[in-house]
Formats: sequence, structure tokens, C-alpha cells
Amino acid sequence: MKLLFGKWTAIAKESIDRAAIVAKFLCLLHVTNTYIFSPTLVYGPSMLPTLNLTGDVVLSEYVSHRLGKVGPGDVVLIQSPENPRKMITKRVVAMEGEVVSFLVDPSRSDRSRTVVVPKGHVWIQGDNIYASNDSRNFGPIPYGLIQGKVWCRVWPIDGFGSL
Amino acid sequence: MRSTSFLWNVCKSSFTFGLIGLTVSDRVASVVRVRGLSMSPTFNPPNNTSLGLFTDDHVLVEKRCLTDYKFSHGDVVVFCSPRNYKEKQIKRITGMPGDWISVPFSYDAVRIPEGHCWVEGDNPTDSLDSRSFGPIPLGLIRGRVTHVLWPPQRVGKIDKKLPRSGLSF
Repeated sequence: MKLLFGKWTAIAKESIDRAAIVAKFLCLLHVTNTYIFSPTLVYGPSMLPTLNLTGDVVLSEYVSHRLGKVGPGDVVLIQSPENPRKMITKRVVAMEGEVVSFLVDPSRSDRSRTVVVPKGHVWIQGDNIYASNDSRNFGPIPYGLIQGKVWCRVWPIDGFGSL
Repeated sequence: MRSTSFLWNVCKSSFTFGLIGLTVSDRVASVVRVRGLSMSPTFNPPNNTSLGLFTDDHVLVEKRCLTDYKFSHGDVVVFCSPRNYKEKQIKRITGMPGDWISVPFSYDAVRIPEGHCWVEGDNPTDSLDSRSFGPIPLGLIRGRVTHVLWPPQRVGKIDKKLPRSGLSF
């Protein structure tokens, strides 16, 4: 009877140890994917020709936007202002205080508008202005919606390199 | 030799503890200090003593709501200020997407766009909220306040106060 009880405690102890190792690994994974860098699959037509239509795996880093080092020309991952569960990839065109001139609907007309970006906001546009739902539709977005900066592409292999 | 291995063990356990603490505070819940009077009397009710670290309210902010962003009227939320991403503010949601909010001192009505919400402080005279900066995207929300943890005489769950009648329809 005593031997059986000893066996059960040994099994319980070992399973708790193994579960602790898995829990620690998952915590490390969460911290790396939120605060350091992680691979991301991006797809869609709005960033052609920079990013492909059917999907690229890119490495995105999460350090610069917390330090305020995101600037014009950076490709960033942001939470969509129309649906907080969706992440979109666009390029930062202007920061707060700058003046933006853009074509409202380039496939239909030549009309252009000029806007000043308010404090704490950024203006984002997709590289493919004919097929992109961006700040030209929903206006400048608060800087707090930026989740990360795209660093380089890792898949497909022939497109490897920084963006 | 023994002191270096002891130091190494201390470093390892503090690193592990830090990782676990950071994950829990990002995914489950964290404790936040409430500064300012914009949510009086729910937080920091007026009293004679000055505000400080030991007299400010501390509240529990739960992060489980950030997986599906299902908020409703009357939730008190923590969000990054749209004017300055480094500041976090605590206010109550008084309008959800599709609601119409009447702008004070004017005959206009603003419709809250998809994916946004209208936040207001419980103390309208001392609160910088959506009446100044407009509706905020739901993506700026960083957690929902559920309980007051300090001071001990006011520990308890937060009420879900619905917006005053006649404001949104």
C-alpha cells in the first residue's frame, strides 16, 4: 500500500515539473512574440508590389514603436480602426503635425485633398493605392494602434531581404 | 564558487518570475493606480487629504476581454490616450458603434463609427474625454476595470452605470 502511494506521488511530482517547464516556455514565447520580434503572415493586395498578394512571412519587431522610433516610410502592423480584431499592414506616410496631400480615389478621378495630421496620430497608406483601404478612407489613426514594425521578409526565399 | 552559483540561481529565478509575471499581467489581470479626479466618485472620491500613492485608488484591470473586444455600455476601461500614446486613461464607455451621441452646446449629433466607442468620465466637470477628442478606436483599449482593491474600506466590484437617459438614442 505504501509503495503504491509513493509511486503516485513520484508520478504527480514529475508531471507537475514537466507542466512547469511547459508553462515557463509558453511565457517566454508570449514575451518574445509581444515585446521582441515574431514571424507574421501578411497577405492581401494593398501593399503590392512590396508584399505579395498570396502571402509572405515577414519578421516584425515590437521594440521601435514602444520607443517612439516609427517614422515615415516604415511598413507597420496596426490594429484596424474599423475592427479591433483585425491586423493590417500599411506604410507610414506622415507623422503628427505634417501635411499630407493624397489622391482621394485614383482609379476614378484626379481629385486630391490636403490634410494636417493631428497630434498623436499618423497617416498610413498602402503601396497599392488603387486597392487599399487606409487613412484615405478612415482618416489618421492614433499612434497607439501601431503594434509593430515589419523588418524583413523570410518566405518566399527568393524574396528574402529587408523591406 | 558557491557565491557565484547562488547569484546565478537568483538571476535565473528572478528572470523566470519576471517572465511569468509579465505574461500574467498581459493576459489575465493587473493592478493599476488611478490618478486624477475624472472618475469621481467611483474612483478617488473627494476628501480633505491630498492625493498621493497611499490615498489614490488601486484597481484590478482584467485583460481577458482583449481576445474578442466585446465591450458594452457602462464598462470602465483603460485605454491609450489618442493624443499621446504613452499616457493611459481610465474612463467609462457610454457609446458603442452605431449609437448617436449629441454634442453638448450644439444641435449636432455624432454617429459612432464601426470599431469605435465613446468614453466619458463619471465627473463631467473635471474629465478630458470623448467630448474633446471624439470617439476612440476599440483597439486602443488595454483592459477592463472590474474591482477596486485599495483603499480597504471601498474594496468591491465596480457598478456598471448605464448612460444618463436622453443622451444616446
